[in-house]
Amino acid sequence: MPTNNKISHSLRRKFRLSEFLAEKIIKAVSFVSFAAIILIFVFVFREASPIFFQGEEKVQSTEFSQSETYGDDTEQTQKNVDNYASLTGAGSDESVTFNNLISKNWQPVSAKPKYGLIPLFIGSLKATLIAILFGAPLAILAALYSALFAPKKLRELIKPVIELLASFPSVVIGFFALITLASLFQNIFGYQFRLNSFVGGIAMSLAVIPIIYTVTEDALAAVPKYFTEASLALGANKWQTALFVVMPAATPGIFAALLLGFGRAFGETMIALMATGNAPLSSFNIFEPVRTLSATISAEMAEVVFGDTHYTVLFFIGAILFIITFILNAIAEFYVRAKLMKRFRGE
Amino acid sequence: MNNKLLGRSVVIASFISVVLIIAALFYIILDIYIGGHKFLTFEFLTSKPREGMTQGGIFPAIVGTVLLVIIMSIACVPIGTITAIYLNEYSSKKSVFTKMIRFAVNTLAGVPSIVFGLFGVGFFIQFIGSGLDKAFSPDKLTWAQPNILWASFTMAFLTIPVVIVSVEEALKTVPEELRAGGLALGATKWQVIRKIVIPNSLSGILTGTILAIGRGAGEVAPILFTGVAYFLPHLPQKLTDQFMNLGYHIYVMATQSTDVEATKGIQYATAFILLICTFSLTFLAIIIRYKFRKKLKA
Repeated sequence: MPTNNKISHSLRRKFRLSEFLAEKIIKAVSFVSFAAIILIFVFVFREASPIFFQGEEKVQSTEFSQSETYGDDTEQTQKNVDNYASLTGAGSDESVTFNNLISKNWQPVSAKPKYGLIPLFIGSLKATLIAILFGAPLAILAALYSALFAPKKLRELIKPVIELLASFPSVVIGFFALITLASLFQNIFGYQFRLNSFVGGIAMSLAVIPIIYTVTEDALAAVPKYFTEASLALGANKWQTALFVVMPAATPGIFAALLLGFGRAFGETMIALMATGNAPLSSFNIFEPVRTLSATISAEMAEVVFGDTHYTVLFFIGAILFIITFILNAIAEFYVRAKLMKRFRGE
Repeated sequence: MNNKLLGRSVVIASFISVVLIIAALFYIILDIYIGGHKFLTFEFLTSKPREGMTQGGIFPAIVGTVLLVIIMSIACVPIGTITAIYLNEYSSKKSVFTKMIRFAVNTLAGVPSIVFGLFGVGFFIQFIGSGLDKAFSPDKLTWAQPNILWASFTMAFLTIPVVIVSVEEALKTVPEELRAGGLALGATKWQVIRKIVIPNSLSGILTGTILAIGRGAGEVAPILFTGVAYFLPHLPQKLTDQFMNLGYHIYVMATQSTDVEATKGIQYATAFILLICTFSLTFLAIIIRYKFRKKLKA
């Protein structure tokens, strides 16, 4: 149809400045989210960057230690890595080397500062695992109920109520854990330390449950109707269908929910800061206080001198947290989505 | 028979989980209300802290929080809304750019809040703030220090995904027929978006704003080093002032105060106020969304 072509051709060719600008501006603004990720990456690493050069500097400084300037202008350190290295290197032998970072002691404020991240990692992992082990079964079962078993009216009620739980500020949950939950658990279990990874982990599960619930619920609801119908038609009953058809079909989604929940708990700050006791111990006893990576940053950042080693290490911890949540998110996003797509469209 | 038992137990266990979660929710609210209800007076809301924070109210913390969420909303609502419009109206689903933005939004939603705090220090204070100071007032610190503007902007980054998600949801519910109708009448794409799509998804923008405010009011970690203060004798007057904040107030009073026991009532009451704020905001958002969906179905 030549005329039709002509019309669409002429329509397309007409250039309108306002249209053009609107689209370009909207596109540019939508780029902000992406830019934000890049900026977070760049600026957290920028402040943490001296740590990455430290190793090389260390080797050099054994040879050229005399030729380096022993600067004392702390404001300049950030730009001047050489100067920086000599500053900290000159201060003590225990500056940030790789060995120091993987040592078992976190004592940043002492004559010989120790920046061992191991106890912090253990702390974060302990609290996170407790939060997931306690919260995930509850959240997944609750999602199962509201997606598959509950009457429609009840479902419409459960979802918003759990959404309300998601709206609880973490500082309020932390406060609740610090004042009420800690005493309650100590009375029940009778352990020695009032604040410990157990209390913190349980409190964190309150923050994690809404996320795992929501993502799992979505995954269960996204399983195509014909799965259920086929199963029911073959004579399976409601719970058999739920358990052996819908659940397995939604496993990638549930896996994603767990990853996101893990990421949330691992980075959770205020609850960890208030309810875990904040002692950097490398023990695997869940009833001992721990200090998580995130709590370390928030507790110590206010007291550090801008640009010094401690400051750098705290930013380094932030960079680690960022990378970990980034990776978890990327897995949840790409791997799981691809798998779900494949499954539902028929392999 | 065994199977039947399994089935029944799964249903029961899942029901119990729901009950447990909801019970925990109400237990927290009740616990905090019981701890603080004696202090919940009008005077508590409208007076300043006195006697080294052991007496008086939380007025400056309320003002600080309100200012924070206002500046934050001014920054994050337009950006979030426009991004959602781009994702839903302009972009093609398969383009790399779109995928990039989507991934970035999801990632942004998952970044720990403390990392936003560090980012605020590294970007707003050390980079932009220092830059501004070097350019305008080389001899003194004005922008290169924590203040309410940087705190609000840091918080805005955290809440952009919240806005995007709910605006996009609203945009998706605008029927395709409306757009087609507008285009068929000769309107351009931008005119359709401006005159048809946006007015029809205003409730989504409102929901997004409310949820973002609720989130911003409750988060503490991003503002820890970017502008919040323990105690200030007067309210923030300009953008370079520091501010007090409800969430931070609770944290400091509960953990750093010299006499934690003496201020317990105030802590509970502050926590209750904050909880009620975020709670009612979320509740409002849920109701608006519900009404909107109902209207759409009708």
